[in-house]
Amino acid sequence: MIGLIDYGAGNLNSLLKAIRFLDYRAQLLSSPEPFPEIDRLIIPGVGSFRPALEELKRRELLPFIREWLEAGKPLLGICLGLQLLSQGSQEAPEIPGLAFFPGTCQKLQAPKVPHIGWNEVKILKDDPVFDGLPEKSYFYFVHSFALTEVSSSTLAITDYGTTFSSVVKSGRIYGCQFHPEKSGRPGLKFLKNWVEKC
Amino acid sequence: MLTVRIIPCLDMDDGFVVKGLRFRDLKKVGDPVSLARKYYLEGADEIVFLDVGATVKSRNTMIEVVKKISAEIFIPLTAGGGIKTAEDIRNLLLAGADKVSLGTAAVENPALITEAARRFGSQCVVISIDAARASHGWHVFTHGGQKDTGLDALDWARTVERLGAGEILLNSIDRDGTGAGYDLELLIKTGEAVKIPVIASGGGKELHHIEEAIIRGKADAVLLASAFHYGRLTIPQVKEFLRTKGVRVR
Repeated sequence: MIGLIDYGAGNLNSLLKAIRFLDYRAQLLSSPEPFPEIDRLIIPGVGSFRPALEELKRRELLPFIREWLEAGKPLLGICLGLQLLSQGSQEAPEIPGLAFFPGTCQKLQAPKVPHIGWNEVKILKDDPVFDGLPEKSYFYFVHSFALTEVSSSTLAITDYGTTFSSVVKSGRIYGCQFHPEKSGRPGLKFLKNWVEKC
Repeated sequence: MLTVRIIPCLDMDDGFVVKGLRFRDLKKVGDPVSLARKYYLEGADEIVFLDVGATVKSRNTMIEVVKKISAEIFIPLTAGGGIKTAEDIRNLLLAGADKVSLGTAAVENPALITEAARRFGSQCVVISIDAARASHGWHVFTHGGQKDTGLDALDWARTVERLGAGEILLNSIDRDGTGAGYDLELLIKTGEAVKIPVIASGGGKELHHIEEAIIRGKADAVLLASAFHYGRLTIPQVKEFLRTKGVRVR
């Protein structure tokens, strides 16, 4: 069972629909009650850094996520969900992120921001999450900030004015800057791989 | 590098896809769910649904259609037509839309743009500008292209960007349904006026129209309705053609 962190914002519905379409079960988590059946967690995206962190704090979900990360259990951060796992963001420099992945998120330097649309994801390191996907695939992005640090955790990068990490991984914790639930068949494949192989 | 988006548009009236000429004479052309599915499988980058019916029943039907489509189609969906309040926006987003398109309501109540951007994020606020040539430049029209607001289209584009719009869906009323090609001058000037993405709409029929809108008009996306509904063009054909012209497509 997949637990979807519900912090009152984001695209929970789209994600839920994609998960159900793939025939997996999911449960929304808006408080840290114990759900023994949940063995994977998704932190979805859309929203801004500070309100998201504050809402996670208010719902007492932050300690729950921290414990999950420390236990090294499967987790996927999508879009803002990935950014929250970094050390912080230029969007709210005064508060730290969950600091699971190295680097901070910076505002994209491009003529048109937000970065909205389909962009190429270049795979740098092979990983089961990319099984069946070509080396260069297109995924759907909607964001203004990104993890511009390309570190040993970086699995794939994308260029939009700036090069940024579009997929990161450390242990069983993954993050993707694009929206797999809106990226058509490659996106569904990515989600399926994450659930079944990662 | 970002790709240029090819977006089929489904104008709907009470649950049916319809198409008219210069915003009039609506004809039924199909069922939205099966058309959306077909376009998704063919590689559409996004799908836009606009409710052109004026009734409450048509609005509610639209919500049901969005619910059905978003359960099986996993690309961005934009819904619009008749939205008046933030609550209307919320209902469409809850039904499964990723973005909403505001036209008349944005002109009548510009504060709605800011409220929507603040509550749901700029990324889901598409402002639809229906523009027609006037003695100087272009004027913004509302109410399905029937009312001249006297607003200058370029000024309005700058205003909506400032108020929090995430994208502009630019419709040329003069070209709508004519197949005479996009209004390139309008497209170029709007693109120069704002930094947010501009979607070209109205008049696209031939492959070279699409190429012009992208290469000369610098459109970030092109919207097509009749050309796809009547099978005159297909999405794979458009993308293949654009690739040969050096345009990046998915």
